[in-house]
Amino acid sequence: MDDLDLYGRRLSSRLLLGTAQYPSPACLEHAVRAARSEIVTVSLRRESGGPSGGQPFWKLVQGLGCRILPNTAGCHTVKDAVTTAHMARELFDTPWIKLEVIGDDDTLRPDVFGLVEAARILCVEGFEVFPYTTDDLGVAGRLLDAGCRVLMPWAAPIGSGRGLTDPYALRTLRAHFPDVPLIVDAGIGLPSQAAAAMEMGYDAVLLNTAVARAGDPVRMAAAFAAAVGAGRSAWLAGPMGERDMASPSTPVMGLAQWT
Amino acid sequence: MSRPLEGMPVAIIGAGVAGLSAALALSARGARVSIHERSRSIGRNACSWMAGGMLAPFCERDGAEHAVCERGQLALTWWPARVPGVTQAGTLVLALPRDGAELERMAMRTHDHAWVDGEGIAALEPDLAGRFRRGLWFANEAHLDPRKALLAAAAAIERDGGHIEYDCDVRPGDFDGVPVVDCRGLAACDDLPDLRGVRGEMVILRSRDVRLSRPVRLLHPRTPVYIVPRDDGLLMVGATTVESPDGHPVTVRSAVELLNAAYALHPALADAEIVELGSGVRPAFPDNLPRLVERGRVIAFNGLYRHGFLLSPWYAERLGDRLSARYAEAA
Repeated sequence: MDDLDLYGRRLSSRLLLGTAQYPSPACLEHAVRAARSEIVTVSLRRESGGPSGGQPFWKLVQGLGCRILPNTAGCHTVKDAVTTAHMARELFDTPWIKLEVIGDDDTLRPDVFGLVEAARILCVEGFEVFPYTTDDLGVAGRLLDAGCRVLMPWAAPIGSGRGLTDPYALRTLRAHFPDVPLIVDAGIGLPSQAAAAMEMGYDAVLLNTAVARAGDPVRMAAAFAAAVGAGRSAWLAGPMGERDMASPSTPVMGLAQWT
Repeated sequence: MSRPLEGMPVAIIGAGVAGLSAALALSARGARVSIHERSRSIGRNACSWMAGGMLAPFCERDGAEHAVCERGQLALTWWPARVPGVTQAGTLVLALPRDGAELERMAMRTHDHAWVDGEGIAALEPDLAGRFRRGLWFANEAHLDPRKALLAAAAAIERDGGHIEYDCDVRPGDFDGVPVVDCRGLAACDDLPDLRGVRGEMVILRSRDVRLSRPVRLLHPRTPVYIVPRDDGLLMVGATTVESPDGHPVTVRSAVELLNAAYALHPALADAEIVELGSGVRPAFPDNLPRLVERGRVIAFNGLYRHGFLLSPWYAERLGDRLSARYAEAA
């Protein structure tokens, strides 16, 4: 079995989905089925408007039968993110938290200093932190030092659909941390880009906008599931790598020379 | 129209856009309607009081099911035939230069629109001259002032012999022997377990400097908003969509987002007065489409979500057809 291990939880799906921006909750449900996702993220702040329990939308999300990864989307300070994480633990009864500390509103670029600080606090408190970070190698190291056991580097800014803007940085991360589960989070727009991340050896892909805002979200979810599967198989199969010279797949030695 | 329900008494619970449109459709078929409204006047507690009042079936295709576009088109002729003040001036869709990709995306997802350039935009909305280089023009859409429309609909129903009783908190089981149309909105969630509340917030501004002739939508990857002109220089800016049944006052975050969008449309709106900040909770089913749910003598008409004025005509007419068919069977 080719399982993904996240904080001791074994999962067979390598495609995580966000739950925002779908035309309707019914459409979200069909998309999650089509993607065969086992983990969905939920934004506490954006979707709730306040910490009142038993929200019908959350019940709906809980009814999807997936593991829930609550996130701190929209938090701009360490305090805000930590408070939201506490709220999430209570509401969803999970130690999992996708940690976002936003540093810039236009690009939704993570504030990596705040991120490391919040990660340290939450890890000490027993949370299992999934930090949404950049592809910066140094920051990745600090997050691991802080106690994170999973990293979620971006491919491009959230919702931009620009794909893997710096493949070199992503490869470097993979090479430096071969044993840490790495999930590309944010910036994926097309299934081919998700496949490319998986071919590099990334463990999983997390997306939302690319599916939710597609003309047909359910069909796009299925397309992403197929791409992530293909990319994973390619990685496991061992890609041949590039070379400078052509190398014929059929030997030419001994062929009759007519020309 | 024939009057298949001539003389038939029908009790309607709720005088929001669902209840009033149902009453209009049923009394046109001859029914004697009595509406029972919980509050003391039209509009109080009704989320349709907070609505934008856009009859925009083509724009709404972006982010909604095809049915919304198809069924919403009836609203364009249905409302003008029943209430005064429906303006058929289309919709203008704009985006700031850096969000130009949003316009392309919307153009791909919708139909019945045309591209307009800076000159075209200035010709449609002179006060926006020079501010935008490109936009989408949906010529065949309309808008109304929801508050005036609800009041006019109520007046039309009473003129037609219908009766509206206010301050009257009833449930479908309180009526004996007559068909009941349950239009209680979110208050019906005990009978309709699938129903959920989706919070919306809006701002009403008064500007002396910026006049608009039609709804303008400003696309944004995260917080798209619309601005709908009303009489007396009023501009309604809406609306947030928050998955929560909580009816608390507008949050600072939402107010900032709405006001920022208004300011982005035209900096002169910085001098506009804030006349009202309001919130409401829309009733919605999981597919965000309305439903007519029949249970014996009771038909629930609910789940209009963000599309109260747009979709209530089509569903009210289907409701009229169903009751007529049932009445014909019984006769």
